[in-house]
Amino acid sequence: MIKVLYFASLREQLGVSTEEIRLSKPEISVADLVAELAARGADWQNLAANKNVRVAVNQTLVTNDAIIKAGDEVAFFPPVTGG
Amino acid sequence: MPVKVQAEDFDVGAEINRLRLGRPDTGAVVSFVGQVRDLNDGEQVNTLTLEHYPGMTEAALENIIATAKQRWNIFDALVIHRVGELKPTEQIVLVAVSGAHRGEAFSACEFIMDFLKTEAPFWKKEQTPNGERWVEAKISDDAARERWNKI
Repeated sequence: MIKVLYFASLREQLGVSTEEIRLSKPEISVADLVAELAARGADWQNLAANKNVRVAVNQTLVTNDAIIKAGDEVAFFPPVTGG
Repeated sequence: MPVKVQAEDFDVGAEINRLRLGRPDTGAVVSFVGQVRDLNDGEQVNTLTLEHYPGMTEAALENIIATAKQRWNIFDALVIHRVGELKPTEQIVLVAVSGAHRGEAFSACEFIMDFLKTEAPFWKKEQTPNGERWVEAKISDDAARERWNKI
């Protein structure tokens, strides 16, 4: 299982803030996970199509080729706007 | 290198004094205070709500401070960032840097702020008379961060 978090406008668009997902394989890439999520429907396809989505694995920003394995924490969020 | 993410307000004078008096060889403390504006992109802002990613936010800020400490000869640095609901004129962020001399403290303070704006996971939502809206990231903030790669 992995824990997946969604923040800010993405959390609102998808209607979910956190969920647990069982991995289809022991290791998948961020791109694989996004493709699996996109199969859920229109709002989720936007997640895949939106080039502005940032991804963190275990609280570190990563690119789409990063590897995810059981126990990891994955987060999707828009560009940050603090300060 | 203290980092605080909190709903409560902060006392700038007390925080600066703590930095200043922590080391008697300190000759300069440079600080930046961000305040909630009542106007953004031509619209009145009644309330600003700040969301963050607990854990990653603190780690990102600590990492930014650590990088600044490697790059400049500074003594200490402090970041306090508020979350939750804020009203115009409330303080939102404090960055303070101490060092022996002002030059490096000025640079490090600006560096920390520029990276905070582009790398620390905070998100702002504005409540305006026409409803609420998420604040969009600015290209000018990315440019402000990028220039540190060229100096």
